[in-house]
Amino acid sequence: MPGVIGRLYRGDINIDFVGKRKIWYGLSAFLLIVSIAGLIINQGLNLGVEFRGGSVFDFARTPTSTVETVRATVGDAGVHQIIVQEAGTANWRVTTESLSTAEVTKVQKAISTEFGVAENQVSSQVIGATWGGEVSEKAVYGLIVFMIAIMAYLTFAFEWQMALAAIVALLHDLVITAGVYAWSGFEVTPATMLGFLTILGYSLYDAVVVFDMIKEVTGKLGTSAKMTYTQAANNALSHTLIRSLNTSLVAILPVAAILFIGTTLLGAGTLKDLSLALFVGMLVGTYSSICVATPILVSLKEREPQWQALARRVAQREASEAKQATAKSPAKAKKEPVGAAKDKPKK
Amino acid sequence: MLLAIILAMGAATILQKAYIPKFGLDLAGGTTVTLSPETLDNKAPPEESLDRAVNIIRDRVNGTGISDAQVAKSGSNILIQIPGAGQEQAEKLVTTAELRFRQVLAIGPAQDTPAPLPSDAPSGSPAATPAATPAVSADPSPSGSPAGRSLAKALTQPSPSGSAQPEPSASASPGAEPSPLPTDRGTTPPADDPLAGQDLSGIDPATLQQFKDLKCSATNFGQGVQDDPNKQYAACDTSGQIKYILDKAAVKGTELAGASAGTDPTTGEWIVQVDFKSAGATQFADITRRITTLPQPRNQLATVLDGAVIVAPTINEAIPGGRARISGGFTQVTASELADQLKYGALPLKFKTSSVVTVSSTLGADQLRGGLISGAIGLVIVMLYLLLYYRGLGLVGIASLAVASIVTYLSVTVLSENAGFRLSLPHIIGLVVSIGITADSFIVFFERMRDEMKEGRRSLRTAVEVAWRRARRTILVADAVMFIAAVVLFFLAVGDVAGFAFAMGLTTVIDVVVVFLFTKPLMSLVARTKFFSKGHKLSGLDAERMARPESSSQSFQEA
Repeated sequence: MPGVIGRLYRGDINIDFVGKRKIWYGLSAFLLIVSIAGLIINQGLNLGVEFRGGSVFDFARTPTSTVETVRATVGDAGVHQIIVQEAGTANWRVTTESLSTAEVTKVQKAISTEFGVAENQVSSQVIGATWGGEVSEKAVYGLIVFMIAIMAYLTFAFEWQMALAAIVALLHDLVITAGVYAWSGFEVTPATMLGFLTILGYSLYDAVVVFDMIKEVTGKLGTSAKMTYTQAANNALSHTLIRSLNTSLVAILPVAAILFIGTTLLGAGTLKDLSLALFVGMLVGTYSSICVATPILVSLKEREPQWQALARRVAQREASEAKQATAKSPAKAKKEPVGAAKDKPKK
Repeated sequence: MLLAIILAMGAATILQKAYIPKFGLDLAGGTTVTLSPETLDNKAPPEESLDRAVNIIRDRVNGTGISDAQVAKSGSNILIQIPGAGQEQAEKLVTTAELRFRQVLAIGPAQDTPAPLPSDAPSGSPAATPAATPAVSADPSPSGSPAGRSLAKALTQPSPSGSAQPEPSASASPGAEPSPLPTDRGTTPPADDPLAGQDLSGIDPATLQQFKDLKCSATNFGQGVQDDPNKQYAACDTSGQIKYILDKAAVKGTELAGASAGTDPTTGEWIVQVDFKSAGATQFADITRRITTLPQPRNQLATVLDGAVIVAPTINEAIPGGRARISGGFTQVTASELADQLKYGALPLKFKTSSVVTVSSTLGADQLRGGLISGAIGLVIVMLYLLLYYRGLGLVGIASLAVASIVTYLSVTVLSENAGFRLSLPHIIGLVVSIGITADSFIVFFERMRDEMKEGRRSLRTAVEVAWRRARRTILVADAVMFIAAVVLFFLAVGDVAGFAFAMGLTTVIDVVVVFLFTKPLMSLVARTKFFSKGHKLSGLDAERMARPESSSQSFQEA
């Protein structure tokens, strides 16, 4: 099996992710700036009715109904702000201002008589204007507690540098996902929040698997002058790369299935909103666990005297080896100069 | 061991005939109402008030006979789920019950209470009103249970003259009045009827029947029925010992301007002061003026809340001016409680309706179908991918996924049957999303195994063991992160997020169980077969894949 695919298939791949971290930092910084700019320029996110407050009606599409007739029917029932959308292949979705129960019933009756849909088959939602605020408040609160808990756990299970790198990668994912939403104008609903929150778990999960390998590999470095922390971390990363890609693919596939079904069959709704957030978030998450979390970790670790000393020893050894046999190991000599501790995460 | 778990859960499922889990309302159709407490300082309300509110709403919902309705606390919100109900119906249950003042038309002891009827009731003594006297004397306990107290109270004007002692004495004299009409005599039931001897004129036969059927011993003492203010109504009092036939509502709770507990400045006795708005004041003056001259029990004015009579004092005089007070045997606690009830309805907190979501049965079915289809597609794609990439090893992965799916399904049915779990859309999404995470555990394990194999010096059997020891830690640490995420979200989030988190937590646990008790033993088992150990081309462990052109970077793998 030749070529890149064959190498991927065999798990035979060694890309210098960590050494080229300046590229990734630059890319991430660019994405972050674009995302934040998007949030500012577009004045935040396109919040769904659940956050603004309002009423939503869903009912089966009938042959006689068009956007205009639906709008007219609902309008005749005394409602003013009407948005009519096609939801999936078979439904209408009508969004209005917040209605009272009596008004909701009136609209349901009007739809029922006009289009012959049984009254109890017209789904409705009435959401108070403050409800969405409460949902997001709770979500943010949960997020903070979650981050603290994860920091504590990762510090306990690994070390604080890993905890910090993981959290930075996580914030990175969140901001970029929010940026995608800001630029694309996708509606943000509680289901989207749900997706955001899942991304957290997912992005960390991926980072944890990589870190576990790095911990194992670097633990064996000891005092030998074989390779620097940077090189070892990169090795660990390359090693888990296949796993990371496989895992991401395997995780994204079901989400893509939900997204597909949610969009085509059901249209607007929980399924679509959630899977869209997950889909975007997982793509970003996969990128960040490889190209952000580990490089940050390495940047943090290379500042430690222990690893700096090791880096010097390795550099000396490589320098002498290079003199002795220039032809023997060109691959190693080409490696990025070590001790690049001055690289700090650009945020 | 795993087999035992599966068998046990499978047996439970079969025994309980619960093959299909119960669905939440977003899948089965129905209305979900979220109530949020409104507090002055925006702080979370005390837990116990919230619990009390939940219980009261539950009683109210159950009282309407809607089966399978669920009332639960979700964070500081209250979630009411009513299957099959429309928005209108749901709203009725949720609205803070209105307080109503109704004239008492007839009164009787609740037949089904264990309290014995007093001896003088069957005697049919014409000297006493059959209902009023027993009610007072039937409650010998000095503790002043609500039954006794309610009759001992009086609505009096806050004028000094109001301090005149009302009740029992008053009840005896009008009782002698031969008011019952001959027509009523004919319909008068046997002597043990609680209504014997009472004037039943003007009482709707339907209400009479309702009164007869009324059982006050139920835990909610008949509370919870939405009383129509424009109809006569039969109700129990809150102690469940007395029942009443009440006239149409004379004054509605919306006409109440306020209520407060306080002490009488002259006697120091605890009272509840009630203020009416202008229309209510007029209505209240009218009704008190009209009934104060009537015989017992028709001179009593019942205060009905949530369908139950909380107090039914005798009206001694017309009370104009829109200000009344209720006195008689209150303590500070009971007076404040009554004042709160009058102010807020029975609920100890003020609630606003945050969201009312009604899902029609067709939309629910659509969502369920969508969820299941995407779940199936997701599962199949993942299995195909595992098979393509890992070949023979993929089969182990697929078997593990299948086992995980079975365990998940059984857990859901068992939880649904025994723990009131309702499968909803967020759960399904959570389960589908978790397919990836479950599959990842196998991937971590397999990749480790292949790493070991690549070094070439190990047989498959040892490679499995060595790889397992290393993969085990990774899987545990990674799953712990997921589990922490799930737990934090479950306890801190509201609404759908909590359901999603629950599904995630559940599958994480199942993942660990399946990997430890199924995948690993199965792997050890297949490692002994020729197919795998000899590196058959389709096993996923063939020599070509294991070969590494350069092995320089692999040295750190050695322990």
